[in-house]
Amino acid sequence: MTTIASESRTRPAPRQYHDTGNRWQTILLEVIKYAVLIPLTLSFAFPLYWMISSALKVDSQVYTMPPILLPFPIHPENFIEGWQILPFTRYAVNSVVFYTVPAVAFTVLSSTIVAYGFSRIRWPGRDTIFWLVVMTMMLPWAVTMVPLFITFKWLGWLDTYRPLVVPALFSHPYIVFLLRQFFMTLPEELSDAARIDGASEFGILFRIILPLTKPALAVVALFRFLWAWNDYLGPLIYLRDENRYPLALGIEQLSRRANDVGNFSNGIPYLMAVSTLVALPIIVTFFFAQRTFIEGISLTGMKG
Amino acid sequence: MAASTEKVSRYTPQEWRNLRLGLLFVSPWALGFLLFTIYPLLSSLYYSLTRYDLLRPPVFLGAKNYLTLFFDDPHFWNVMYNTLFYVGLSVPFGVGAAFLIANMLNSRIVARSFFRSVIYVPSIVPAVASAMVWQFLMNVQYGAINGVLRYFGLPIIPFLSNPGWAKPSLILVAIWAQGAAVVIFLAALQDVPRSLYEAATVDGANLWHRFRNVTIPLTSPIILFNLIMGLIVAFQEFTVPWLLTEGGPMNSTEFYLIHLYRNAFEYLRMGKASALAWILFLIIVVFSLIIFKSSARWVYYGGEK
Repeated sequence: MTTIASESRTRPAPRQYHDTGNRWQTILLEVIKYAVLIPLTLSFAFPLYWMISSALKVDSQVYTMPPILLPFPIHPENFIEGWQILPFTRYAVNSVVFYTVPAVAFTVLSSTIVAYGFSRIRWPGRDTIFWLVVMTMMLPWAVTMVPLFITFKWLGWLDTYRPLVVPALFSHPYIVFLLRQFFMTLPEELSDAARIDGASEFGILFRIILPLTKPALAVVALFRFLWAWNDYLGPLIYLRDENRYPLALGIEQLSRRANDVGNFSNGIPYLMAVSTLVALPIIVTFFFAQRTFIEGISLTGMKG
Repeated sequence: MAASTEKVSRYTPQEWRNLRLGLLFVSPWALGFLLFTIYPLLSSLYYSLTRYDLLRPPVFLGAKNYLTLFFDDPHFWNVMYNTLFYVGLSVPFGVGAAFLIANMLNSRIVARSFFRSVIYVPSIVPAVASAMVWQFLMNVQYGAINGVLRYFGLPIIPFLSNPGWAKPSLILVAIWAQGAAVVIFLAALQDVPRSLYEAATVDGANLWHRFRNVTIPLTSPIILFNLIMGLIVAFQEFTVPWLLTEGGPMNSTEFYLIHLYRNAFEYLRMGKASALAWILFLIIVVFSLIIFKSSARWVYYGGEK
């Protein structure tokens, strides 16, 4: 949008410059561009299309060769039947209530406070210490995986969501980094005026800064939601009891059952149906909050 | 004591107040840093020098875990080879593909945000869900890809069941989920001033010259960023290979984190797993440093740095 606007403003006829006099070259480039881009996009979309369309098939349609692109008749009942093979409703409750919601709430709250301390208060040594935050962003999680497991086992936290959620109370370096970037863009005068009026720093943060950075909070909350919802390794390490499984481990469990041939029919359609249902909240959120996603991701690269 | 009295005289009461407040606000991070970064780092260094199975107290071994890994372990070098193969192909190709796609999307194009969405969505879909589809798609008997190949009378591809194909197949899945890098690149490309391209065109630069001398230098910090982040992620890839191949066939996809996971949580060799973790840590640091050092030659910071 903006590019088009600025283009037309600066150059009334940019085409003359682009093709350096060779119209055929320009047309050829356009053709190549779409000839690459369209098949590429189709192949990016195909796996997810295949997941959804296979979710609507029955076994006989799955094993037919060549593959059926548009299943008919469709079998939407797979979504209900697949969901009921294992206690997926319980897994969904576990994912939402015990993992996603606390992880998002804790991370956003703690990281907001920390990011405020790293951006809106001027104290000696602040920017030096912030480098440590940036460093921890790059620390491989594999290094702390084993000792943290040992610590959490010692605390008796195995088979609970505490190892996955309690660390969120201590902020997340990447989210602190993003929020700090946002907070720095607000003019210092805002805080100064409030300070003269006798507002405390917490008062400034919650009454002045946060209302102005709602989009930023949405961005980081969205990312944290994504990480918790998609997390597989964390639950795999800490949860043994099937009743406590989140959706990610539930899907894996279903795939093991479906792969034992003869266990039940329509194994693949059920697996695809449940996978679709688990991916759905993410895809729907993306389409409703597309701009938030894109803005957040774009900010990641800034000041790399 | 002397230093602290000096400081008292150097800071005004206002500065003292700010220091106290600042430290108060960042204290959750500081506490978490000590508890979840520094302590685990040091304790894993200690564990890496012991034999520890969680049941009996750790037995100090000195450097034995490291020496055994390097000189007397049939798996370690294979795991290292697999991992370097995976990282060495998936990161450059992933970042390169993302950069080219972003450039195509950055040109004058219809339905740009549609293309961008389709390419981005695979990167946010739960890895478990996408692993399920890929396993199905790449199946030898009833997978859609081989179904089409067979229909046209072409030889089938044993994507996940052949040791030679398994690694490239997983790299393909990794590149499919590279959409975030495309979005980051696209944002960076849109920040490149139009006027530079126009000036270059007036000077007679063709498309390649403009790409080589305007686009690449001005987006090089972001290329660096995506390379380093891609490296850190690829070295620690776990979910997709674990679900698709579980390290097989014939250990051809036994990547570093899978091997580490197995040792720690299946064989309960916490000491060996910690040694593996520290080796990985050092490898990632070394690779990042190499890229950083070389970046002085190819990354352009707009005259700032």
